[in-house]
Amino acid sequence: MTAFPDFALAGPELLLAAGALLLLLIGAYGSEKRSSLVSGLSVLLLLVAAVAVVIGRDGSTFGGAFVVDGFARFLKVLVLIGSAVAVVMTQRFAVAEKFFHFELPVLIVLATIGMLLMISAGDLIAVYLGLELQSLALYVVASFHRDDGRSTEAGLKYFVLGALSSGMLLYGASLIYGFTGHVDFAGIAAAAAAGGSTSLGLTFGIVFVATGIAFKVSAVPFHMWTPDVYEGAPTPVTAFFAAAPKIAAMALFVRVVMEALGPVKAEWQQIVAFMSLASMILGAFAAIGQRNIKRLMAYSSIGHMGYALVGLAAGSEAGIYGILIYLATYLAMTAGAFAVILSMRRDGAMTEDIESLAGLSRTNPTVAYLLGIIMFSLAGIPPFAGFFGKYFVFAAAINAGLYWLAVIGILSSVVGAYYYLRIVKIMFLDEPKGAFEPMGGEMKAVLGISGLFVAAFALVLGPLGDAALAAARTLF
Amino acid sequence: MYSLIVFLPLIGFLVAGAVALFGAAATVPAPEGGHDAHGHHDDHHAAHAEHDDHAHGDHDDHHHAVEPAAPGSRVAELVTTGLLFVSAILSWVAFISVGFGEHETQSIKVLTWITSGAMQIDWAFRVDTLTVVMLVVVNTVSSLVHLYSIGYMAEDPDRPRFFAYLSLFTFAMLMLVTADNLVQMFFGWEGVGLASYLLIGFWYKKPSASAAAIKAFVVNRVGDFGFMLGIFGIFVMFGTISLTDIFANVATVEGKTLHFLWGDWDAITVICLLLFMGACGKSAQFLLHTWLPDAMEGPTPVSALIHAATMVTAGVFMVARLSPLFDLSPTALTVVTLVGAVTAFFAATVGLVQNDIKRVIAYSTCSQLGYMFVALGVGAYGAGVFHLFTHAFFKALLFLGAGSVIMASHHEQDMRSMGGLRNKIPLTFWAMTLGTLAITGVGIPGTEIGFAGFLSKDAIIESAFAGHNPMSGFAAVLLVIAAGFTSFYSWRLVFLTFFGASRAPKDVYDHAKESPLVVLIPLGVLSLGAVLAGMVFYGHYVGEEQAEFWKGSLFYGPENHILHAMHEVSFLVKVSPFLAMLVGLAVAYWFYIVNPALPKKLAAALPGLYKFLLNKWYFDELYDLIFVRPAFAIGRLFWKTGDGAIIDGLGPNGVAARVQDVTARVVRLQTGYVYHYAFAMVIGVAALITWAMFAGGQ
Repeated sequence: MTAFPDFALAGPELLLAAGALLLLLIGAYGSEKRSSLVSGLSVLLLLVAAVAVVIGRDGSTFGGAFVVDGFARFLKVLVLIGSAVAVVMTQRFAVAEKFFHFELPVLIVLATIGMLLMISAGDLIAVYLGLELQSLALYVVASFHRDDGRSTEAGLKYFVLGALSSGMLLYGASLIYGFTGHVDFAGIAAAAAAGGSTSLGLTFGIVFVATGIAFKVSAVPFHMWTPDVYEGAPTPVTAFFAAAPKIAAMALFVRVVMEALGPVKAEWQQIVAFMSLASMILGAFAAIGQRNIKRLMAYSSIGHMGYALVGLAAGSEAGIYGILIYLATYLAMTAGAFAVILSMRRDGAMTEDIESLAGLSRTNPTVAYLLGIIMFSLAGIPPFAGFFGKYFVFAAAINAGLYWLAVIGILSSVVGAYYYLRIVKIMFLDEPKGAFEPMGGEMKAVLGISGLFVAAFALVLGPLGDAALAAARTLF
Repeated sequence: MYSLIVFLPLIGFLVAGAVALFGAAATVPAPEGGHDAHGHHDDHHAAHAEHDDHAHGDHDDHHHAVEPAAPGSRVAELVTTGLLFVSAILSWVAFISVGFGEHETQSIKVLTWITSGAMQIDWAFRVDTLTVVMLVVVNTVSSLVHLYSIGYMAEDPDRPRFFAYLSLFTFAMLMLVTADNLVQMFFGWEGVGLASYLLIGFWYKKPSASAAAIKAFVVNRVGDFGFMLGIFGIFVMFGTISLTDIFANVATVEGKTLHFLWGDWDAITVICLLLFMGACGKSAQFLLHTWLPDAMEGPTPVSALIHAATMVTAGVFMVARLSPLFDLSPTALTVVTLVGAVTAFFAATVGLVQNDIKRVIAYSTCSQLGYMFVALGVGAYGAGVFHLFTHAFFKALLFLGAGSVIMASHHEQDMRSMGGLRNKIPLTFWAMTLGTLAITGVGIPGTEIGFAGFLSKDAIIESAFAGHNPMSGFAAVLLVIAAGFTSFYSWRLVFLTFFGASRAPKDVYDHAKESPLVVLIPLGVLSLGAVLAGMVFYGHYVGEEQAEFWKGSLFYGPENHILHAMHEVSFLVKVSPFLAMLVGLAVAYWFYIVNPALPKKLAAALPGLYKFLLNKWYFDELYDLIFVRPAFAIGRLFWKTGDGAIIDGLGPNGVAARVQDVTARVVRLQTGYVYHYAFAMVIGVAALITWAMFAGGQ
């Protein structure tokens, strides 16, 4: 037994933590003008952390509470990219809307640390710590635009409901600990496997833990906060919410059910399948009724998490592989879509109405084509990225015998295609309502890169797929 | 040479079609620019305008006098007409060399078309006497009609399209008559159907023309279905569709049975009847005849070429071509005789009372086709083809003459508004008179001297008397009566049109003038044919030299001595059609010259019969009731109820509506109240736990 834990394994997290404190100091002692410097340094910090993740080694430390493996590293890179993109897209917007303070990028960095801890969690304590670190930062970020009633409302709602879900998670964790005698995943798995028939207490615990995590991935029926928070929070924050935390929460979900509850698959498979199904259907149907593009993206993300959960419901290596591919494509599509949403500024004011995209193909054809590609991809139309994500999770579901889940999922994606294609129709067929103000350079970069990634995904699928496959394999 | 004969019209079609297409493209989007771009055509237009004035004075045209002519009209006319004349001359060369030379039947392969399993289909020309006879008929009439159309269509703005269709028709007809296998024949068969459809509906802005075109097409489909089944039957029984192979193997199939519909039948009879069904459609025989009178909506040259001289005889040609098959099935031949005789009689009765000059001739055509089928039915194939040959001349002459009359009388087609045109258009009058003498069969009984129709029609009636099948006697009687009717309505047409006082508005009558030379030349040439074709070729077609002439291209079984027997019939039989003709002429003279009030009185005295005939035995109404309306009703049922209510309603529209309902409900769930959201979460947990307790882990 080592007297001292191996801190090097947690290098990226430690780097971010130290960096966040340093940025806080820079911001606190510098003038407001320094705040853009803080943003820049945050991005740098996140990217350096990503590099550290990539070159880091595998292992576990802190008594097995902190695990670094291929799965963790793959998702950590995605999360760090998502956070970095969010910070990049925040600066200009927040300044223009007059709510920018240097704390915003720092809070995002702190939330990111929480996400990384979630991804690397090896026991229930670490799960809770990571989750709360992330959540507390997110609650603040959601209400960051203090003078805006909608923003504070969003933050409050998120906080109240988040507290409820944390309570459920903790309750579930305590039940699991009580009935298995372990908090570490390996111990829980061993105890659950040894028990023969699963005790009712463990079942309760599993449901409550799943509920707590499902809240974070906004799976139905724990999704209710999502549209309100997405709409109310400042748009760059919404962009952040839509990508990195979802990925981290999904990673946590996968790790908990696969590593701790793998032996009692029957207990959670139906629950996950149900949540997946409900999310896909609700995401598809509810989005049709939306006129606000941020609410639309909220339902869209609910639907997408439902598709990703299909892979988890399959519970196989192929399913996890599908999730990883799905999350990677989801990150790119979300970033690209929000780059456009953040640029919907006309006559000095932001607009969130879908109809304001009318005639974009004539006023700004490049953006229209890129967004069009992203919408086709979100709808899951080949040869774009979104198709492959859906393809892999549905293939896994079919191989796992979940035919009904795959069939209903595909049908709901048909319904979902309606509102994505409606945006394309508005952009390309409706009469223009006047041009938007020119996009910022960083928005152009984000949109361009994500659009290219989505359009040419078939080309990057090779190396990305190899990495995802290796990551998925570490859980088995 | 045969390739030239067949493909020159195709080249003409492609050139004229290209002119029509590019002309349309150049004029429609940018009339000004198009005009400049085609400046060199303006000369033609100017020249043409003068020509128009010369030809028609101050007539306004049928529908679109104000539209400018399509660019390149003159080029299209000259190219197609020129190529057709070359083709026609070559056809006569071929006719003389094959018909009067030593050639055996030959097959000239052009291309391999389809190879699939046991089926091998080539593009090939079968050249024998029957083919060259048809080549001569088709190309002669077609070239004359092309020439005639230059005058007749002078005011039409779409001439390139018209000439393209005419040449396309000619090409398809040549494909049909030169076919070496049944699929190629079917190709030509459908090609002429298509061209017929396009030309009947040439003035597509006129609803009646479009309707007539559709009717012709649909009715022909019925026949074509039978034709196709016949071809399938032949392939099943013979394993080939090559004519040569079929004829070589008829003996092996004779007596075999073929399962068709609910029973086993004699294979050859079934096949022949199915093929005859196709012939009935194309040749407008009884029950499938309704499209032909309506087809007169097309321009008159089209009526002359397609609906009198050539396409409608395709059925006759097909039966003659397949005579080795038909000769083996007495049942099929009896049916052919019966249908032919009934058609001849029926159409003649309807022709008696029609008032539209073109419709009279159309029913006459229908009736004459019936004559041809009777000849085929009694086994006198030579007589049938002979009548086809002579009929082409005098019927084309009558139609083109009618066209000339129509032009002179300001596009009036109702004979009740004509009269007294004899002095105004004397050349047309004489041409029509010669045609009428030919169709009514004027000649010296007992000799071989007479107009074309005299020799060929009397040959048919004689052969019907001499025939042995159960229907031949009945057919002969009907044909003699029909001959009387033919004489009556033909002379009625002449008397109403050319004699008596004018019933036209005065200014129309005063402006009536003789047609231009391009119209009169074809009339002259065809008049020559109407007078001489019978006398010159009688011996070759049905007389002493027929065996040397046909060289086996028409098949006569060992039992079939009809061509000898027909010459042996009594003098009374030979003279009977002549007497019927005289009676018809006398009655017509009495009705329309001596006592013009009489027809009206007669019609008033027999209103039922008159209406029955005037309404064409109510066939259109009957078909409307039996087929058209139920078809529309079924269509509407499938459309409104099947597709609209069930498929759309429960399918796309229904699903979309349900989606919107669900969306509305889901959106309403999102109230914005935190306690609602928390409540949903708690309920969710409770539900999941309940489910996990009772269903999980099982």
